[in-house]
Amino acid sequence: MSIKAHSFVQILKSHSFNNISGVPDSTFGNLYNLIDDDPDINYFRANREDTALGIASGFSVSNKNSCIIIQNSGIGNIINPLTSFNLIYKIPALIIVGWRGYGGKPNDAPEHWVMGEKTTEYFEMLGIPFECFEDEHEAQEGIEKKLIYQLDLYSKEKKLRSIIIKKGVVV
Amino acid sequence: MISRSEVIKMIMKKTTSDHLVLSTTGMISREVFSHDDRQENFYMIGSMGLASSFGLGIAKSNPDKKIIILDGDGSFLMNLGAAACIGFYNTSNIVHIILDNFSYESTGSQNSISNKIDLCNIAKSSGYKFVDEIINFDINKISFDKKELSFYRIHVGIESNEEISRVAHTPEEITSNFKLIL
Repeated sequence: MSIKAHSFVQILKSHSFNNISGVPDSTFGNLYNLIDDDPDINYFRANREDTALGIASGFSVSNKNSCIIIQNSGIGNIINPLTSFNLIYKIPALIIVGWRGYGGKPNDAPEHWVMGEKTTEYFEMLGIPFECFEDEHEAQEGIEKKLIYQLDLYSKEKKLRSIIIKKGVVV
Repeated sequence: MISRSEVIKMIMKKTTSDHLVLSTTGMISREVFSHDDRQENFYMIGSMGLASSFGLGIAKSNPDKKIIILDGDGSFLMNLGAAACIGFYNTSNIVHIILDNFSYESTGSQNSISNKIDLCNIAKSSGYKFVDEIINFDINKISFDKKELSFYRIHVGIESNEEISRVAHTPEEITSNFKLIL
């Protein structure tokens, strides 16, 4: 079960997310290589998550759908741009987050325990709506449907939104 | 040494409607606003260090516009990774200007570390194609017409002016005005 990275990318493309920036995370399998090689996608290899969000915001203000794909350990790096830029300037981006240390200790390596437990709280705190993809046993069809719903919602609302994905959901 | 305000005034005079100006947080945005408030200006009143990566996204999605990023030494050094990214993606429609007063003037003129750092060398090794260090400012040394990724480090003096107004537009207005020209 779970969704193939290739299908995930195709769904992003079909919703005009052709401009993507991010910092790699093993949660997403070979997704980063796919988007970096895809001629229909402008992928920007950011060095840090705030840079990724800055780049995505430049596309967003130019009226293009844009998203960042990051690991939850980098959420701290986007707090300042979110609070003093995106949220007050009303510049949206879709924030796709890989959920390392899911649920906290003892899942995953120690460096992921604290953030693994707190990941969703950051988005609650900032008032940014999010959807969790936590069931790696769910059939591909169900995951696709849920993803498409989120992308449609983003395209319609053009507001900050996050998708938080547990390891094993995208392979 | 020439004041930053004076340099900003001359830079703004040189701009046309094809030049989108992104100014970093603090006094730089306030001075740009005071001298020449235009629809093509985007004042980043917060998010220190983010102007350059935001500029990269705008530059890539608007290849027919020239993006002029007005950074400070503090904000440039805060996110060197963004400069490396701009260089890597060889963003030819960016002119990245560092107004270097060797301090964090907006917070009370505390010293920064730029006096011992070769910012131009950082830009060069990051892939910026045209790089110039300007110690004695002359507006004719600045070009917005080069078809290559450009970088200027301009040495400017500290001239605290508490009287200068804050950017009067709300952040939301800044976004909505700017979007109209993209």
